Amino acid sequence: MREQDPKDRINNFNEVPYGYDEDEAVTEALRCLQCKNPPCVKGCPAEIDIPRFIKAIRERRFSQANEIIRETNNLPAVCGRVCPQEDQCERLCVLKNKGKAINIGNLERFAADWELKNSFSREDLVQSNKIVRNEKIAVIGSGPAGLTCAADLAKKGYQVTLFEALHKPGGVLTYGIPEFRLPKDIVMEEVKKITSLGVDIKYNYVIGKIKTIEKLRDQGYRAFFIATGAGLPYFMGIPGENFNGVYSANEFLTRVNLMKAYKFPEYDTPITVGENVAVVGAGNVAMDSARCALRLGAQKVSIIYRRTENEMPARKDEIDHAREEGVEFHLLTNPVEIIGDNQGQVKKIVCIKNKLGKLDSSGRPRPVAIEDSQFEMAVDTVIIAVGNGSNPLLLDTINGLNLTSKKNIYADDSGRTNIEDIFAGGDIVTGSATVIAAMGAGKRAAKAIDKFLK
Amino acid sequence: MYKIIKKKQLNSQVFLIEFEAEDLALAANPGQFVILRVDEFAERFPLTLYDFNPKTGTITVVCQAIGVSTKKLCALSEGDSVVDIAGPLGRAEPVCDIGKVIFIGGGVGTAEVYPIAKAMKRAGNDVTVIIGFRTKDLVICEQEINSVCDNLYVSTDDGSYGRRGFVTDILSELLETEPYDLVYAIGPIIMMKMVSAVTKLKALKTIVSLNSIMIDGTGMCGGCRIKYNGQAKFTCVDGPSFDGHLVDYDDVLLRQGRFKDKEDEGNKHYEHNCRIGLKKDKGC
Repeated sequence: MREQDPKDRINNFNEVPYGYDEDEAVTEALRCLQCKNPPCVKGCPAEIDIPRFIKAIRERRFSQANEIIRETNNLPAVCGRVCPQEDQCERLCVLKNKGKAINIGNLERFAADWELKNSFSREDLVQSNKIVRNEKIAVIGSGPAGLTCAADLAKKGYQVTLFEALHKPGGVLTYGIPEFRLPKDIVMEEVKKITSLGVDIKYNYVIGKIKTIEKLRDQGYRAFFIATGAGLPYFMGIPGENFNGVYSANEFLTRVNLMKAYKFPEYDTPITVGENVAVVGAGNVAMDSARCALRLGAQKVSIIYRRTENEMPARKDEIDHAREEGVEFHLLTNPVEIIGDNQGQVKKIVCIKNKLGKLDSSGRPRPVAIEDSQFEMAVDTVIIAVGNGSNPLLLDTINGLNLTSKKNIYADDSGRTNIEDIFAGGDIVTGSATVIAAMGAGKRAAKAIDKFLK
Repeated sequence: MYKIIKKKQLNSQVFLIEFEAEDLALAANPGQFVILRVDEFAERFPLTLYDFNPKTGTITVVCQAIGVSTKKLCALSEGDSVVDIAGPLGRAEPVCDIGKVIFIGGGVGTAEVYPIAKAMKRAGNDVTVIIGFRTKDLVICEQEINSVCDNLYVSTDDGSYGRRGFVTDILSELLETEPYDLVYAIGPIIMMKMVSAVTKLKALKTIVSLNSIMIDGTGMCGGCRIKYNGQAKFTCVDGPSFDGHLVDYDDVLLRQGRFKDKEDEGNKHYEHNCRIGLKKDKGC
């Protein structure tokens, strides 16, 4: 895949991979063996008929390729970009053992982008012989789980209202994942397709505050899908975390992506990074934060991670991208204190070195501190990207809802909770996971809600 | 879009603005706030609800034009709209009859005292209010507050109106004369710190309301975190009001200024665009 040169791209927020042109897509599609019993499909949480859409691409039926994907996946332009295909469909591709798996993700992206670019007014998406069902359903949260569930239910004819706390749709797709990895125009186009199915989105609507589930029930909503995500940032609990220049990754990315602080002062929301930036954590969110910091003008950006590269939760692609762009990796390193000046501004981060110990409950080697290994790094900004917990704002207002020990919603595989008309899925159930896992949960919940209402 | 149906200037910098926001008006309680975004380029920022009326489906805020966002809002006219108002956010203030209560409002914080004093008076409390300003021209909400309390004291730093001095001078005197059950302070951080210092000596329960820098207002970004009794708390979901004796005010003060340089730059950019007539929004 052709990409922007790292030297150029750290000066802009434009997308990094260019995406296939038509000929490139056809060439890649022609490599597909069109297996009779395709293993790739088994690796796709959205159950996309992968060989069939690839066949359409090789025959230059690009619009049909998109339609085939959309039969089961409501957000193909998003998935083509941010799904960890290397752990899913591409991992199971027969060609992987013979050299190189088919680049399914980029083909998906190509088909979806082609359609977005070439679609005329796609009124035909709304089937004319659609069954209309009168039941009102409330979907809470417009991230990948909520969007997927809402779209599937609308396709079945239900009256779906999607309640979003922020002023833009998309959840993490909008506030979290940066423009250079997932352009916001693409997200908005995908959302437009979903609203064209008849889904009504209400913005600035914080359920639990402006209305409770109980109130919505009184207003005639017959089922609820809670997909509020993992929206409570973890801090490390070390001294100095309140100094100015210390951000949660949520705050940092929300300022940059949702509020467009990278276009300050054209946009009003400010952000500061200074010269030296430390990002604590090594998931996709940490890579996104580090790469945003570079683009905002930081001279040196360091990832600080307590384990080794083998345990890093981020996608390999994202780690490679970050490294190409000049992000430094301080592995087996753990912050113990943040030091600031008397103006409250961060100056240094104090770390210790670790070695790997025995496996812990997550199946990864536990990092063990090495004695007398303490050292300091000069920093102007610290971004804490060590994960998110469950946000209690809505859950506290629902009497009797069963929660897990981590305060996530207790739901079965189809999204059913202990309360008959309440379903849940995505990060609010699983804790921080992937976009595609959340979409899978949204799909299964839509089926379960349909079954419940019949 | 949320339409402005009434706008009134309270002093040179402070405006009262009433919006159409039906669902919000139905759900609001005293002590809660909203997060506004004026236009597509604007910041999200919190404002405490001054009033709300379920019958008319309107909410009212009081805003001081200091930064770009607040200037943009205050430059709008009746009939104009803002793109977003989210809320009601934060915990509602518990309203009950606990006896004799002193409310203290400093500057624009005076407006935030009004809804809670009103509710507490209605709940049967004996309500005393002290409001303080730098000078006479800045006095706001005097009549409105007078209508919801038993005793009202006004002070100005320069003595141009009411008592000369600080709200804490009056507070200290009152506390010498008779016992009170609760003090409630809303205003500049330094004022809340001073009030808390005075009441701590008397072990008198004190509530303060913080107005931290926020983005989402739902606990998602953690930008509004404070140090509270040795723990991290989020102003947006754990507050906005806290036990005044447990807040680390020096930390709050430092964090309040964390984008100072950028705010100055933003202000210059805004004023410049206004001067040269580059009106990307009606805020000029």
